[in-house]
Formats: sequence, C-alpha cells, structure tokens
Amino acid sequence: MVAMENPHGHAPQGFIRKYIFSLDHKVIGIQYFFLALTAVWVGMFLSLLMRIHLLWPSAVIPLMGEIKPETYLSLLTMHGTIMVFFVLTTAPQGGFGNYFLPIQIGAPDMAFPVLNMLSFWTTFVAFIVMLAAFFVTGGAPLHGWTGYPPLSAVQSAGPGEGLGADLWVTSIAIFCIASLMGALNFITTTLDLRAKGMTLMRMPLTVWSWFITAILGLLAFGVLLSAGILLLMDRNIGTSFYVPLVVVNGQIMGHKGGSPLLWQHLFWFFGHPEVYIAILPGMGVASQVLSTFSRKPIFGYKAMVYAMLAIGFFGFMVWGHHMFMSGMSPYSAFTFSILTMCIGVPSAIKTFNWLGTMYKARIRFQTPMLYAIGFVSLFVSGGLSGPFLAQPVLDIQLHDTYFVVGHFHLIMGVAAIFGMFAATYYWFPKMFGRMMNETWGRIHFFLTLAGTYAIFMPMHYLGMAGGTRRYSDYREVKYLATLIPLHQFMTYAAIITIGAQFIFMINLFWSMFRGPKASDNPWEATTLEWTTATPPPHDNFAGVTPVVYHGPYEYGVPGAAKDYVMQTDPVGVSAH
Amino acid sequence: MGLALMAVIWLITLASTYFFVAKTWWLPVGAAEAAGFIDHQFALTFVIMGVVFLAAQLSLGYFAWKYRDHPGAAPVKYSHGNNRLEIMWTVLTTILFVGLNLMGGPVWASQRWDPPAADSVQVEVTGMQFAWYFRYPGPDGKYGATSPKLMDPSAGGEAAIGLSSSDAAAKDDVVTGTMYLPVNREVDLSLRAVDVIHSFFIPSLRFKQDAVPGLNIHMHIKPTAIGEYEILCAELCGLGHYKMHGVVHVVSQEDFDKWLAAREAEKQ
Repeated sequence: MVAMENPHGHAPQGFIRKYIFSLDHKVIGIQYFFLALTAVWVGMFLSLLMRIHLLWPSAVIPLMGEIKPETYLSLLTMHGTIMVFFVLTTAPQGGFGNYFLPIQIGAPDMAFPVLNMLSFWTTFVAFIVMLAAFFVTGGAPLHGWTGYPPLSAVQSAGPGEGLGADLWVTSIAIFCIASLMGALNFITTTLDLRAKGMTLMRMPLTVWSWFITAILGLLAFGVLLSAGILLLMDRNIGTSFYVPLVVVNGQIMGHKGGSPLLWQHLFWFFGHPEVYIAILPGMGVASQVLSTFSRKPIFGYKAMVYAMLAIGFFGFMVWGHHMFMSGMSPYSAFTFSILTMCIGVPSAIKTFNWLGTMYKARIRFQTPMLYAIGFVSLFVSGGLSGPFLAQPVLDIQLHDTYFVVGHFHLIMGVAAIFGMFAATYYWFPKMFGRMMNETWGRIHFFLTLAGTYAIFMPMHYLGMAGGTRRYSDYREVKYLATLIPLHQFMTYAAIITIGAQFIFMINLFWSMFRGPKASDNPWEATTLEWTTATPPPHDNFAGVTPVVYHGPYEYGVPGAAKDYVMQTDPVGVSAH
Repeated sequence: MGLALMAVIWLITLASTYFFVAKTWWLPVGAAEAAGFIDHQFALTFVIMGVVFLAAQLSLGYFAWKYRDHPGAAPVKYSHGNNRLEIMWTVLTTILFVGLNLMGGPVWASQRWDPPAADSVQVEVTGMQFAWYFRYPGPDGKYGATSPKLMDPSAGGEAAIGLSSSDAAAKDDVVTGTMYLPVNREVDLSLRAVDVIHSFFIPSLRFKQDAVPGLNIHMHIKPTAIGEYEILCAELCGLGHYKMHGVVHVVSQEDFDKWLAAREAEKQ
C-alpha cells in the first residue's frame, strides 16, 4: 500500500475546476458517461441512415440528399469506429469504472487524478477530431472501421481517403494515448489503493473486470498506436509499411515492398482484445447485479475471476481468426482456430455460473436485474455463433457476411450495451441521488430486448444464405435481391428500437432532476459504494477509511440479522 | 415480472430457432467437392450449438420465473458454488469445442495445404476496382508476363491486367471477364489483386479467398455440378464494392474446350 496524503480533502469551489477540468474521479466518470452518451446517439443515427438507405436507396435525407454508395460506406466506417472506441470502450471503463472502481475498493480517488483528467480530455479531443472527418473535403473515409490498407493507405483509392482518412487515423491514435493513460491509472489504483481488508479475492467482480480490462488496454492500445502512426506515414510521407507496388485507376503508386497483412496482424492484435475490453466490464456488472437481485452469493466467485483472467490471457492469442481468408498461412489458421475454441470455455463457465447464481434464488425484478438477465441471454446468443466462425472451414462460407455482423453486434455491441444499461439503472441512484422510474425502465427493457433480437438475429440467416456485408445496394446480385425482405424486417425493427431509446433518455434526464430521492443503499447491496452517502462526498467516505471484513456478495447468509451482510460489517459471516 | 420475462425470452428463443430449423434461409445449394463436408460440419455445429442455445435460454427464462421473489418463495440456498460442477463443465466444453474444431482439419488442408492435382485446370483471377478478370494460360500451359506499367483498367481485358505482348508465353493467354470451368476437374486458382484487397467469393462453390496486392495466392477447388454461379467481392474495396460481381459457368469438359478454343481463335 502506498501511504498517500489525501490531496482531496478540500473540494474545489470554482465551476471550472469542479465540473470542467475536475480531478475528481466521480466527475470525470460522469464526463465520460455523457461523452459516450453523445457518441452512441451519433453512432445510432448513422446506423439508422444506413438501414434507411438499404431499404430505400434513392430516399432523399434532409440536409444530406440522396445517400451515395460511398456515403453509405462512410456511414458504416464512422458508425463502427465511433461505437467501438467512443461508446464500447469509453462508457463501461472510463465512465462507470472511473466512478466506481475507487469507491468499491475504498479509495478516496484514482492514484493519478491529473492523469485521469488528462485522459478524459484527450478522449474528448479524439472525438472532436473523429467528427471533423465528416466536414472536410471528400468527407469521412470509406475503408470500414478495420481500415485495411491499401484502401486506407492510398489517397486516390476512393472518396474520403484524403483528409477524412487522415483525421480518422489521427483520432484513433489520440484515443490510444488517452486509453493508455487511463489503463495505467486503473491498474495502479487497483493494486495500491485498496482499503484495509480489501484483498484481491474480496474485490467485487466489477473491480476485477475493470482491472483486467485495463491490463488488456495497456497491452493492446500501444500496438494500435504504433500501427496507426505507420499508416499515417504510408499515407503522407511515402513509406511502404503496408503497401506493395499497386496500380490504382491505372496509376502506379510510389510504394514498393510493403505488406497489407502486416496492418491486419497489428490491427487485430489490438482488435481482438478490444472485444474483451468492451465486454468484460459488462460481465462484471452482470455478475454484481445478478448476485444483488438474486439475493444470493455469486456462484463460483473464484471461477469467475479465473475465467476473466483466462479470457484476458487467451484474448491476446486469437487475433488470427479474423484473418483465415486473408492469405495468411493456412497452418497458422489452424492454430488460431484451436486457441479460439479454447476461449469459448471460460465464456461458457461464466454463463453456467450466472445461471447457478439464479438457481434457488429469490429474484427481485427491478430494471437493473432485467438488463443483467438480458445481458446473459444476449451473451449466450452472440457467443454461440462464435464456434461457427472459429472453424476455418465454416469461415470460408461465413467470413465477411452478415453472419459475422450479427455475431459481433449481439455479443460486443448489444450485450455490452445491456451491461451499460444495467450499470446505469443500478448506479444512477448513487451517481445522481435520485431513483429512475421503474415502469418506464421496464418498458424500455422489453422493447430494447425484443428489438435488438429482431435486428440482429435475422443477420445470421442473411449471412448463411451468402449475404455479404458492407454492400450499399443488394439489387445488383440476383440471389442477394431475394433476401431483401429480411433487410426490410431489420430496418423496421431498427426504427422501432431506436425510437424506444427516447424512453431511456427521458427517464434519465427527468429522473436526474425530478426522480424520488434515493437512500444510501436502495438495492440493499453489500459493496462499499453503498456504505457511503448518496451521492458520495468529494473524498468518497467523508474522511473515514473503510475497513473490509467480507467478500463482496454475502446475500442470504444463514443466521445473519438481514438477508445481506455489508463488506464493512465487522460481524456476520465466517470470512470468505 | 418473472413470468413476463420467461415468456419473452422463450418466445425469442423459439422464434429464432424456428427459422434455423425450417431452413427458411440456409446455405445456397453446394456445387463443389468441399460442399459435402462443409455443409455437414455446419449442420453438426448447428445442432450442437442449437441444443446449448435452447438449454441455456430456456433455463434462463425458467429460472427467472421459478425463483422470483414472492411471499411464498422458498428461502435462498446460500452457496458460493461447487468446484466439482465447475471442473465438469470446463472439461466438457473443452472437449466439445476443440473436438469440433479438429474435425474440420482435413478439409481445410485439402483446399489450402495440399498441391492441386496434376491435371488441374489453371486459371488466374485478378481483382481490381471494380471487376474480376480471368486468365487461362493457353496451350503452352504458361502465363505470360504482366507489367504494372501496361495496366489500363479502362480498356478492360488483357490491357487491364497489363499483359505484355512482347512475351512469347503471353501470346496464347486468354483473358476474359466471365469465368468458365469444366465440371469435376480440379481447378488450380491463382489469385492476385492490383490495387486494394478484394475477396473472391463463390457461395455455391463454398469458396472464398482474399486477393491481396503483392501476393499470388494458390488455392484449388473442384466444381461438381453444371450451372451458373454468382461471384462476389467479399472484402470492402471501395465505393463500387457492391457492384464487383461476376458469373462462373461450370460446364462439361467438352463445352469448356469448345469455349476456350473459340476464345483462342478470337485472339489470333
């Protein structure tokens, strides 16, 4: 433990130091939350335009006109990039992790508050740079969120591959720097600032998930940063890291000897761990919420921790499964596929344990719990298409089809977002001091669950039938044209589901100002954030350092006074 | 609430499963040698994952209803888990997943490791924004030289791939925009791209492989049914990606020879 003089005894008074350039991890967490909330609406709006274009290719959109094929590709590029970086990476870790990791381990703040502020504002700059790509000549890039060179490296390869693509790469590089700063902070805080008695095996699974996510981020974002810098050099100063001799539109480009596959290796070395960066915090929240609302200890706490560690470990050894069709050696494809199947095992363990937690429980169905159960359902559905794609022989048919799109949207998109919804409904009272509306929460849940399944399940059918992804028009190819009814269904489902998100927004903002006042521990939960005031004071525990006596999920303890024992309760259960 | 949740989860699960089982949308009819195994492996994986899917989703829904909190509910079973169960499902899942994977090895190897049969038909596929070109080496069995300097995509055909007229081996090369293949003979494909990455995808032949600038990738397939099959580009290659498609005509050996002879004659 580092003996730290608490520099946060006095809360800053000025508006700017308190709310804008704040060093308080709670304020920074809320800033990340609202940044991600803005980004998710941008990303969702782009997907709406895509779905509308697929159904009505010549529809005229106000202010945009007709969506051209290249505009469609820009939309999908920016949708993917914004969602992956500024939503799935930003909200679960930067948002909820920042706010609750220090409180859950009994610390007054993050280990490096200034670094924390810097990492938020750097992320903010990255977001602005990313959005700027829409407004430059040529518009946003069309190379997809994966940005494979030479398409992404040669300026004349398509509209948007000029300044727009430079801004895109630059934004990602800036984002990497922000994430590296954040990751360092999370790791140091978890290792050094735990309260007395908060051993590693007493940490809530949320803390474990943020901690492991931070390690993944530290190892993955450095690689993407380097890869991005090389791409910028290929684009602008004539290097040839990724580009061999190519002839674009009959013009010989000045490159020689580069390897397009190098980018793919570097990108996916980041890209696959990124999937777990997005989903691990969701797993943590689902575990926390399932245990709390089942009124039962999490089933197999240690197995859950080891499973997350195994996922993190294997997560770095499976990137090649994105490249079975890339021209990579077929021998290595075989190795990557075996390792990929192995990563399915800890994921399966987690699912069994979530079901085990609900078994013989007494489940309370407040909105956070609905979302946690929804998370498990989506995790199962999205996960089980994994073993199809992990087999190279099946990937021959399924690679780059909608089957893949359905797979990753269910698991790293929607499941992760359900994790965020669970987190929002669960921690909102602590963050904002008021309760969200239950009825509207439930309506929002059922519409979103049914809606997201209706959007993404048909993508699997489409993919099996050979429906290729990233096509702006399906009427060109005969058999693709026969699949248009599926697209129609998905577009209608998307419109309804996106509409349902307004319910969430209204509930969020209305409750922030008008919701009933929340008590300190409205869910009767056991972890440290529920021992302090609502909302927590500037230094989290009002000068008192908590002491921890128990594991995080002591619910339904036989012989205890109540059906739950707080982590800080000196009496209660035999130690776990 | 538990009942509503169970109803919704069950409904989603059963409706999703119905469209898989009814094969409303399924793999296109296979017309290549590898299709038999791939389709079988797909079906097997589908059955196994389908059973797990149903078991997990249905019990999730059932537990939500059965163990809901209500006045008459049984007390919570206080438990931190069960190590024997953990070990059991870890071992079972490992065997299942890894075993399933090993089964696919031989077919993967046959298409991508083993050399093509000696009497195979040679075809070179070149991808460029936004067309596929097919080259047959002619009676000499050799592809003539191509040069980036000579490439003129707007001219199409030989000029598009930059075929060098000064090379003797190029004299009998046939370059077309439509692919013809003889049935039941192995095809030795050689895949190239001149500008960006493309992916050569023939769903009915269960074939997909990226064509990458700077690489010449060899791959072989064996069409087994006469017919016309669509060729698509599966890797995002620019604004005309969706238009980059073509047709492969799988015909009898006789028709193939006739077609190729006619192309040669045209060239002279």
